[in-house]
Amino acid sequence: MRAAGSPPTETVTGSTGIRATAWRVLSVLGELSITLGVVLALFVVYQLIWTNVRADRLADATRSEVTRSWTTSPPDRRALEAPTVPVGDAFALAYIPRLRSSIWGTPIVQGVSAQALARGLGHYTSTALPGELGNFALAGHRATNGEPLRDIDTLQTGDLVVVETADQWFTYSLDRGQIVGPSDAWVLDSVPGSPAATPTQALITLTTCHPRWGSEQRWVWWGTLVEVTGKDGQPPAAVTNEA
Amino acid sequence: MYAALWRALPGPAAVKLLVTALLLLVVVAVLFELVFPWAEQSLPFLEVTVDAR
Repeated sequence: MRAAGSPPTETVTGSTGIRATAWRVLSVLGELSITLGVVLALFVVYQLIWTNVRADRLADATRSEVTRSWTTSPPDRRALEAPTVPVGDAFALAYIPRLRSSIWGTPIVQGVSAQALARGLGHYTSTALPGELGNFALAGHRATNGEPLRDIDTLQTGDLVVVETADQWFTYSLDRGQIVGPSDAWVLDSVPGSPAATPTQALITLTTCHPRWGSEQRWVWWGTLVEVTGKDGQPPAAVTNEA
Repeated sequence: MYAALWRALPGPAAVKLLVTALLLLVVVAVLFELVFPWAEQSLPFLEVTVDAR
């Protein structure tokens, strides 16, 4: 096509060289963008599906670990060791008939670290133990990682929460739910809101995030101990009743 | 980028495909076991506790 005496060929190869480089840079950028998109999609799969699969598996393993520890070490020996539960140890199982699909034999692990919460419900270490006077306070995920408190918005006053320990069942009845700020640690007080008061009741507290996919607030439920049943008798009706 | 990687892989297409699948598996495993659990820590909806600050 090019006639004799046309512009020097270097210019031509120079411009195609630039075009080729630009093309290469663009294609690498494009491939990186696609890769980033795929990685983000994988992260969504990880968060929404995989963390729940993993949490269910961990909860199952933790549940067998707890029940095994109950049958192998004699209760009177553990009573001596009480009330200190090592952080990271599961020591009880929770049952909430209203949340049967998500909290049924759910392990309660000492501490509220991410590792503890990935296995079930976490127990605030500074608070009372099940059945003790004071406040037995628990935290749980509401979205992903097992999401035991996914349906906390369906809880109602009068709903039961049963906590199974090595030798007893503790049945709490929920009294009150409230949405509070993330730094409202008073909700964990032995007598919530009255830090100086001496507790006369055994309470339970549940905390989770609110809104479900946010961290601006916390959703809290309080309950009072209404029944204690020994393991030698029948389990409480709330646990044995079919939903 | 990926075309260059494909060319850099040794052997016939079948081997290249196998090696690619293995590499992908390794990448996904690293993401799920290391990168995502780390990235997850900053997600707001995993903050479920109250604490005085």
